[in-house]
Amino acid sequence: MTAVLEASGLGKRYGRRWALAECTLAIPPGHVVGLVGPNGAGKTTLLQLAVGLLVPTSGTIEVLGARPAESSAQLGRVGYVAQEAPTYAGLSVADHLHFGAWLNPGWDNHMAEHRIEQLGLDPNQRARKLSGGQRAQLALTLAIAKRPELLILDEPVASLDPLARREFLRDLMQAVAEHDLSVVLSSHLVADLERVCDYLIVLCASRVQVTGEVEELLATHHRLTGARRDPSTLPAGQEVVEASHTDVQSTLLVRSDTPILDPSWDVEQVSMEDLVLAYMSQANNAERGRQSSLSALR
Amino acid sequence: MIEFHLDTRSGVSPYLQVVHQVRQALRLGFLREGDQLPTVKDVVARLAINPNTVLKAYKELEHAGLVAARPGIGTFVTKTFSDPSLAAHGPLRQDLRRWLAKARRAGLDDESIEALFRDSFRSASSEGVA
Repeated sequence: MTAVLEASGLGKRYGRRWALAECTLAIPPGHVVGLVGPNGAGKTTLLQLAVGLLVPTSGTIEVLGARPAESSAQLGRVGYVAQEAPTYAGLSVADHLHFGAWLNPGWDNHMAEHRIEQLGLDPNQRARKLSGGQRAQLALTLAIAKRPELLILDEPVASLDPLARREFLRDLMQAVAEHDLSVVLSSHLVADLERVCDYLIVLCASRVQVTGEVEELLATHHRLTGARRDPSTLPAGQEVVEASHTDVQSTLLVRSDTPILDPSWDVEQVSMEDLVLAYMSQANNAERGRQSSLSALR
Repeated sequence: MIEFHLDTRSGVSPYLQVVHQVRQALRLGFLREGDQLPTVKDVVARLAINPNTVLKAYKELEHAGLVAARPGIGTFVTKTFSDPSLAAHGPLRQDLRRWLAKARRAGLDDESIEALFRDSFRSASSEGVA
């Protein structure tokens, strides 16, 4: 099966700063992929590379087996909603649909109109008069009605209130159920992703920290608490992601493909949020380490 | 028909929560042979979760022989649980109550009781005697 998104050594540099570096990924089809990381981590850069709005400085990226935006056919296979769900303020809802129909050969007008009706939007309403949630829903409608194989959404719910957020994600999941879509959506809030994503990419400090199926990630990460102990004494195959110590106790977040059997540890499951935060703080520490060693060289 | 709910704080994956809730409903007699499970679309609409999660849970239940999918119609329960250990619950509960009373007399509070139970349960399981 062709990966929906495949990157190898992918990087994008602005001046001297790498917004994305050494990104290597292969995401299998049929997933709802959460791209999570703090603001400024490189999420938007990765998504814009995937839709062809940016050209890589290094490495390669393929989407659905082809170079992003290489042909109009390729453009038709990918739906994209940029941050803040941009719409044309002066155009009505109906105008947006006409526009969509005119620009997209595979346009499903029946579905678009049906969705607008279900959302209770007035077709004659101008986009500037819509609420944030309605605008996001309109943008989602346009992206789904072109019947893409892959839908890419950049922070789709960041500016929505909790109810609009829930409704947006629910409608997105219904579209996934009905149309066999793969989805990549970014967020800086893990809570948004917990219910909907079955695949995770954690991006931090311009680098991919961890990636994989959520189920598998949760099953292979454990929180260990026990008497204070040097993490380097752990058996091979147990990789420490995060460690903190008091004078008597150690708390570790460990990645291990095999169960932790050492009875001196109290082993707990981790949540998606714990896991993401652990990788983020690991990335921050590594970044600080890099910077201090750089300044030491100077 | 049962309804699913999701506890995102529990650390248990959504798909396992769905599996547990079906098993629980079977065990408690809320679901019987021939009953229909909510359709994937219904669950998605209610919980705003990934349809793959629901499909995966239903597949696992199917694999366990508890439900069967009828294409285009839905997923149906194929087995009524009759738990043969049910009869033992009463006496076991009584033993447990007696033990709890004893623990309280010894001065243990709720937390200590829970901790002690969990710890004993874990060590017993790991010795394979549970």
